[in-house]
Amino acid sequence: MMDRPIRVLVAKPGLDGHDRGAKVMARAFRDAGMEVIYTGLRQTPEQIVNAAIQEDVDVLAISILSGAHNTLLPRVVRLLKEEEIEDMLVIGGGVIPNEDIPRLKEQGISEIFTSGTPTSIAIEYIKENCRHVLR
Amino acid sequence: MDLIERLLNKDKRAVARLITMAESHDPKVIEVIKKLYYKTGHAHVIGITGPPGTGKSTLTDKLVKALRKEGKSVGIILVDPTSPFTGGAILGDRIRMNDLSTDPGVFIRSMATRGHLGGLTKAVKTAVRILEIYEVDYIFIETVGVGQSEIDIVRNVDTTVMVLMPGSGDDIQALKAGVMEIGDIFVINKADREGAQRTKLEIEMMLDYGNLDWRPPVEKIVAIENKNIDKLLEIVKEHKNYLQQTRNLQKRRAQNLKHEVMDLIYQKVIDSIFDSSENEKKMNRLVEKVMTKDMDPYSATELALEEMDLKKIGHNK
Repeated sequence: MMDRPIRVLVAKPGLDGHDRGAKVMARAFRDAGMEVIYTGLRQTPEQIVNAAIQEDVDVLAISILSGAHNTLLPRVVRLLKEEEIEDMLVIGGGVIPNEDIPRLKEQGISEIFTSGTPTSIAIEYIKENCRHVLR
Repeated sequence: MDLIERLLNKDKRAVARLITMAESHDPKVIEVIKKLYYKTGHAHVIGITGPPGTGKSTLTDKLVKALRKEGKSVGIILVDPTSPFTGGAILGDRIRMNDLSTDPGVFIRSMATRGHLGGLTKAVKTAVRILEIYEVDYIFIETVGVGQSEIDIVRNVDTTVMVLMPGSGDDIQALKAGVMEIGDIFVINKADREGAQRTKLEIEMMLDYGNLDWRPPVEKIVAIENKNIDKLLEIVKEHKNYLQQTRNLQKRRAQNLKHEVMDLIYQKVIDSIFDSSENEKKMNRLVEKVMTKDMDPYSATELALEEMDLKKIGHNK
């Protein structure tokens, strides 16, 4: 693959009506030179995974503020596994208690960025883990 | 399994990956199209264009849902602008069509313009071909919000739908000589708002100046409420039939292909000239002479073409 922008899907699963965080991240990713697909609020994990497949994204960034992260994040990862997608970086963000993070990582979420994380940290993490794109 | 086989087996991931490759100018995708070109040309390709905020995505969503009720399969390409400053983009048209994400008969892809002007992106033609080989019945291409001169869409589709809204009245005057000439069908969306009838009349009057064998219909709709969507779909089909019966479809496609081949030749020639560092050095020397007024730009161009090695054009891979 030749040099191209990193493609990121910013997704908001579940019954969570607050998307300021997701929008701030989407803009930060855009300003870092990435192509960001934003799908809006109240997505099912099935919708998110289908969109991620069709958009062929390198990164799936999921924002959750509702407290349902322990259910929704692993569900997305499981659906990706069922589709045999292994080359997609899955990261999560939002209001997620520290004690939940190790278990989420065990289940296949690469990294969790809790609220208050500077956008630059998430951007660095993505760039670091998408070197194959920027070859 | 290789990408060709997976594409023929209707694997959405292969479609997605091939479009990514087309966007990054990977020559492998050209090889795939070369092998499967015979499978293209069966889908009816519809362009949805119009100024920003007129409801192009919502309209596309509703039209596609109406086609899905008839059992037709659909590919959708949504184009949004790339930032000229950072190279990044926010592609947000999918927000209006989330129900279609999980529909197995629909494939949606967002594409950024990546510096291409004209309302589309360079890879759009290749993406259309990939979707044709994937065997969809209809393909929708939604342009970026257009101003006056973004008319690339017309070179890429069979039917162009121009989406406007009430209050575009004064704009129509300004748009007269650009994008307003490319619509095969005009839509006044958000027609429940004040001024819809007036906008319709202004467009009708403008169209009456023309002397065309297809007089573009002007339809008032309210896309978000699904109002008159079925009627609009009927008009799209009428246009499709008109093109087929009058042989205008072949004419239009032949014209578009001619433009495409010319573009490709142009691109190849430019690439092969400036791929060679030798030629670039020569050019830079000439530019310096133009800078110091030892030479004028016209003579420099003539001299450059004489000196450059143009024999190898087209042989480079």
